[in-house]
Amino acid sequence: MTTEYSNVEAIARQLPPFAHHMGMRIHGFEDDLPVICYDFNNGVMGRPGFVHGGALSGLLEMAAFSALRVVLANAGRADQMKPVNITIDFMRGGREHTTYALGQVTRLGQRVANVESFAWQMDRRKLIASSRLNFLLRPQSGE
Amino acid sequence: MAGTENFNPKQWIEAISSHGHGGHIGFGYHDHGDDWVELALPWRKELVGDESTGILASGPIISMMDNATSLSVWARLGKFRPQVTLDLRVDYMRAAEPNKIVYGRGECYQIKRSIAFVRGIAHHGDLDDPIAHVAGTFINMDVTA
Repeated sequence: MTTEYSNVEAIARQLPPFAHHMGMRIHGFEDDLPVICYDFNNGVMGRPGFVHGGALSGLLEMAAFSALRVVLANAGRADQMKPVNITIDFMRGGREHTTYALGQVTRLGQRVANVESFAWQMDRRKLIASSRLNFLLRPQSGE
Repeated sequence: MAGTENFNPKQWIEAISSHGHGGHIGFGYHDHGDDWVELALPWRKELVGDESTGILASGPIISMMDNATSLSVWARLGKFRPQVTLDLRVDYMRAAEPNKIVYGRGECYQIKRSIAFVRGIAHHGDLDDPIAHVAGTFINMDVTA
């Protein structure tokens, strides 16, 4: 339970310039992991009325990075995270609603982390896209 | 091959892709051939994923590759056909360098009635020194076809 602005939460709240440029913000937390969202706007729109696949990919990737950062922090680690690859599946068109994404670390190893993330809009049970990412981990030098 | 006689990627990108997400990220037309389209993404500080290094987030690169590969289907068809991305995989060879333009070449290598198969390379000007390789599929939304 998070009763105050914890260290892990502070880590989870760190978003890079690209996330701010896309209007991403932290919607809330589930088991320490941040749910990241953006509202529908011109900057995320692909064909009229729909969220761009690339904009969805960016959100899924940010959710995956954030989840991994939190899981590493909870394990007392601050490794450098290097994405090796990402595979995105698009299940439904994203419409003119707020889009949410949450990452899940499937496995945290010494060198590799396998991470998934999921995106949805009004109905959590109806995913609009999902992604799988593999990360190479490198312990931070000087630790 | 149908060629691009009825589909002009440059005009399309300037008329359509400069709006919405593409315009927000800031990638534009660079070059094209019979079955490929290359876009260009200038480095901007708003697109950075790691402030300590100035390296771009990969989101903007994925967006550009999604568009470049999508356009390559229409280039190969020689016409527009409504489609959506079914899946896209990106393998990162190395980080994009700060302050350098990233080019995204998308190529369509097979078109079936329902599915178009694409691949692509993100690079800094040398296709043999890639930043990323991508592979994906698009599903045809023109059900009357």
